[in-house]
Amino acid sequence: MTSSPPDPPLVIGKTTLRSRLIVGTGKYRTPEEMLACHEASGADMITVAVRRLDRDPAKNLAAHIDRSRYKLLPNTAGAYTADEAIRLAFLARELLETDLIKLEVLGDEKTLLPDPVGTLAATEALVREGFTVLAYTSDDPILARRIADAGAASVMPAGSPIGSGQGVLNPFNIRIILETVKKPIIVDAGVGTASDVAIAMELGVDGVLLNTGIALAREPVRMARAMRLAVEAGRDAFLAGRIPRKLYASASSPLDGLPTGVGLPQG
Amino acid sequence: MVRVRINGEDQSFEAEPTIRDVLDRIEAPPAAVAVEVNRRIVPRSTHEEHILQDGDEVEVVTFVGGG
Repeated sequence: MTSSPPDPPLVIGKTTLRSRLIVGTGKYRTPEEMLACHEASGADMITVAVRRLDRDPAKNLAAHIDRSRYKLLPNTAGAYTADEAIRLAFLARELLETDLIKLEVLGDEKTLLPDPVGTLAATEALVREGFTVLAYTSDDPILARRIADAGAASVMPAGSPIGSGQGVLNPFNIRIILETVKKPIIVDAGVGTASDVAIAMELGVDGVLLNTGIALAREPVRMARAMRLAVEAGRDAFLAGRIPRKLYASASSPLDGLPTGVGLPQG
Repeated sequence: MVRVRINGEDQSFEAEPTIRDVLDRIEAPPAAVAVEVNRRIVPRSTHEEHILQDGDEVEVVTFVGGG
């Protein structure tokens, strides 16, 4: 058996990840279910949000997360302007003692689509302040390039709107981003099921970040495992190189050497 | 009497409290929070000595589930 060359791990800034799947901590029915999903997903980085301390200890995520096992990626969810996102990023850095920040500046509550202008401005500011910025953005290739040029450590285009489960709506844009942006590209948001993840990975993206697709599945732990396998399958398929699509069939078995009388007459 | 606004709620203290006093009042685990006073972060290392003034607005945050 010939062995495949190893796939180097995903490196974002100074952080090396074993898994190419990053998962969230939101919307789970119980903390126990969340922990089981994290385990099944194989992820070693998980996202968290920054909010006012709640008096109810049950809402205290800190008690449940093993920080020696998982790298935390705080987000700026809830921010609708660059200034709000920057404020949340500084709070996250003080809170978690990490320079990593998943930057989200959203445009409105209904679409949850990123605000391109605010995202670019916040990226520039946070990079100046020494943050390792993973910027959630739309799948627009020019914006992705501008964000990378501003110093983001990773550009994270949405496959489709957050929590929509619509999958990768514009694979052509993702392909253009992959050709033009030489930073890790992570598809973030919109992933509904394992095939969505596999399709993203087969395009050649460096990783996938998802939350709702696992948390709100009927059986979240099983879906977490499916997502892990889809990331691995999609990555291998990308590295292996798919065959070109053709209009007509191409037989897998030899056409010559058939006994007389078998097959279509030649000529 | 000193009034300090903590996470949007007015609280009274006999004398100017330190941030540590405020965290004790709301039973906050000091290692698992970040604190802003009047929208400026006060580093954890100075919570013991930072004295709050009447009318200060304090935000105490932690991390919660998110995507």
